[in-house]
Amino acid sequence: MANVLHIVVCAGIVPDPLQTLEPITTPTGPGLKNEMVLPAVLDPWAASALYEAAALAAKNPGSKLWLVSLGPKAKLQQVMMTIAQRVAFELVPIDGPIGGFPDAHATAAVLAEAIAAIPGLDRTKCLLFGGWESASRGAGVTLQLIGERLGIIDQFQGVDQIELHDDGSFEVLERVEGGKHQVSVCAAAPAVLGWATGNLAEPRNNPQVGMANMRTLMPALQKAKATKLEANGLSYVSASLPKQQRTTRVEKNMTPDEIATELVAWIGAE
Amino acid sequence: MSAEENVPEIDRPSMEVDIACAGFGPAMGGFLTTLTQAWTENPADPAFESKVMPGMPLQVLCYERADDIAAGVSGVVTQGRSLRASFPELNPAEIPMAVPVKSERIMYLLDPIGASRRSALLRFGDSLLRLGGRFVGVKDYAFTLPWTPAFLNKHGGLILGIGQFNQWVGSQLMASGLVQIWPGSPVATPLFSGEKVEGIRLADQGVDKSGTPSDGFMAGMDVRAALTVVGDGPVGAVGQALDQQLGMPADHHRREWALGMKFVIELPEDTKLEPGTVWHSFGYPEPEIFGFLYVHPERLVSVGIFVPSWLSDPSRTAYRYLQHYIQHPALWPYLKNGTLRSWGAKSLEESGLHGEPFLTGNGFARIGEGSGSTNMLTNSGVDEAWATGSQLGEAVIELLRAQKPFTQENLAATYEKKRRSSWVEHGAQQAQNSRNGFQDGLVKGMIGMALVGLTKGKFSLHTKIPPAHQQIAPSAAGVSPGRVAGLAQAAAGGRPLHDALLSERGWPEIAFDGKLLVTQQDALLMGGKVQAMAGFADHVRFRDTALCATCLHKTCVAMCSGQAITHGPDGVPLFEREKCVHCGACLWNCGQAPSGDQANVAFSAGAGGLHSVEN
Repeated sequence: MANVLHIVVCAGIVPDPLQTLEPITTPTGPGLKNEMVLPAVLDPWAASALYEAAALAAKNPGSKLWLVSLGPKAKLQQVMMTIAQRVAFELVPIDGPIGGFPDAHATAAVLAEAIAAIPGLDRTKCLLFGGWESASRGAGVTLQLIGERLGIIDQFQGVDQIELHDDGSFEVLERVEGGKHQVSVCAAAPAVLGWATGNLAEPRNNPQVGMANMRTLMPALQKAKATKLEANGLSYVSASLPKQQRTTRVEKNMTPDEIATELVAWIGAE
Repeated sequence: MSAEENVPEIDRPSMEVDIACAGFGPAMGGFLTTLTQAWTENPADPAFESKVMPGMPLQVLCYERADDIAAGVSGVVTQGRSLRASFPELNPAEIPMAVPVKSERIMYLLDPIGASRRSALLRFGDSLLRLGGRFVGVKDYAFTLPWTPAFLNKHGGLILGIGQFNQWVGSQLMASGLVQIWPGSPVATPLFSGEKVEGIRLADQGVDKSGTPSDGFMAGMDVRAALTVVGDGPVGAVGQALDQQLGMPADHHRREWALGMKFVIELPEDTKLEPGTVWHSFGYPEPEIFGFLYVHPERLVSVGIFVPSWLSDPSRTAYRYLQHYIQHPALWPYLKNGTLRSWGAKSLEESGLHGEPFLTGNGFARIGEGSGSTNMLTNSGVDEAWATGSQLGEAVIELLRAQKPFTQENLAATYEKKRRSSWVEHGAQQAQNSRNGFQDGLVKGMIGMALVGLTKGKFSLHTKIPPAHQQIAPSAAGVSPGRVAGLAQAAAGGRPLHDALLSERGWPEIAFDGKLLVTQQDALLMGGKVQAMAGFADHVRFRDTALCATCLHKTCVAMCSGQAITHGPDGVPLFEREKCVHCGACLWNCGQAPSGDQANVAFSAGAGGLHSVEN
């Protein structure tokens, strides 16, 4: 028997990780050089959550899926053109600042308020999805804070799988140490699930899905309210990218074994 | 041959729109901007009501192969007259990497190494310049022309990064709400009904390398439309299919090509190069190779070369030549200590009017570079491409308002008529023979170009231009010993062919610094950020592999911009989709042409490629 679910996916946008990212200090705090110039993508962990949510909604007819995203309207629009062909959803856009450095409490407050205002959302059927990590600066608490603000007590992080039962309960696999999963059973929605990578492949582009999404997507973007996030006294001492080393050396006379040995030594020294 | 041939006959999903567009570049930007501006002025205009969704605005969908509309590649300098016509209040400061042209320079570069293939006449001229030295204006092995000929002058124009420009245009278009632009969606072919085009078919997804359905197969959708706008560039699958189905107008051929390859370099903090600086060069690294340097704001510079099809030596390459080019003494003092930010390559269709296809047909119209709009005298393409798109936009609005169907007759009476009477056509007519002579060498080519430029096309040299494959090795002398050695070395040691060939020819090895001078494979990661989404078929195939096995030139391997084509064990090249930047060089660098102008390489629609936004 299918369960009718109301799934809300919180998904931020981040600069395409393939681009050259250079941290700088802006008047409002840490940021990336030319961040508005860089093309954005849906945060990869949140994208996994979205694809899992879409698959879950498809398996449970009558379910609804909303995508709540905060970012500059122009960037949201650009990202939607990439993902809106993949899965059907209703967009709840919030026109706000870009970057991974705003205060997580302020971000959670804005997102929770937007979710609470979604017309027709039944919180008793609500599964709140998001990524448990971020390709931008991952505060690691935003999703939990949204859940708290919405009064959702059952929360899971590092989720790779959810399996719904006929009685409305569901089983969740959460990542734990050693490559293993912790199995939990939750009696019923609502719940918060912070997704790891999940098990689904990226959906194919489907033009019909894109067309259907566009009917609600562009009007929603046009109506998106500009929102300012409070700093709440947060300041950063410094910010840096993870160390990335790249060296090019041409070796003509080394054997594969010698190259492998040197690589292992180099990795071990890191 | 296409990947779709491996898919059994199936009921494909289909949807109807009003206007289907293939490819998003400057030409499509011009078309869609013209359409949306007219709609925005009066959304209640009944002409803009959808026929397929009554009560809704026109359903205009544009499908782009690249994973992002910002993944276009080209650093350009343009007079920008058509852009300014569309955006009278255009402020370059709003477009990242854009800046007005402030100064221009044309340089003839001497060969400081002595490795380039120079004719006796050119060597004699070089000797005179060297003897004259500073007295005749030679500095750093470069002779700067005392003036920029009017036909090359871009003063008052703009320097643009096309990736950024496309992104800027695209975001405005999508914000209008009239237009949908879907990246990551290669268009496989037009939908023909006889000679009428009824829309487009998207590429199949969930297929293996050969195009055979595999996990998660999703048949490419048929997007049916009353009008299909074709702007998928010079090597686009839709344009190619149209040429194949309809043929070319009498005496029209696509035989002149060039590969443009460039670096975007972040200059050192103490750089003396001012934003808006434009340098053009010729003479080095080979006499046939033209070069450019455009300075963007924020210490970014686009520097690159054009390797033309008339470089008759089968030892063609672009990447290694580009590395030698930036190290020329006239450029290197400005570029050394810089950092490679981006890299990319694309084929340029340089036949001009001689390569113009049928611009219109029942249900379709062609715009942009693939429609032969590039002006080879002024070295200008973006301005012309945008103009042709705008002209089609105006024509479509006219036809919509007159409630006339998109027949060949109506499109010719509107779009073609506008184009023929515009500056694009006048320029194209002047320029049509401007490259005559280059097939016989740089000196004759420059004379021919100057003749056309100074007489505004009234006089030109007479030349018969052979098909592209015959330009690779025009003599029957076969393959040089140096090339054979290079091939053997590359095949045995896994060394990139272009590296092996140029080293054999006496070019010094590149001293990699890991920052600006890097291997071509590193450039894929550092600059191009090349990747390809899984689930699509190989878009490069070799039609007759037996022919490949006997080919001694393997120019497709040497010229491949991303080293995506490499030696195979049996002599048949191997293709790695994940490295391909979709430049299309393999299409015109195939020395084997079993049937006339058609190469033994098939280049079809594919996803992925460059992800760099700074191109």
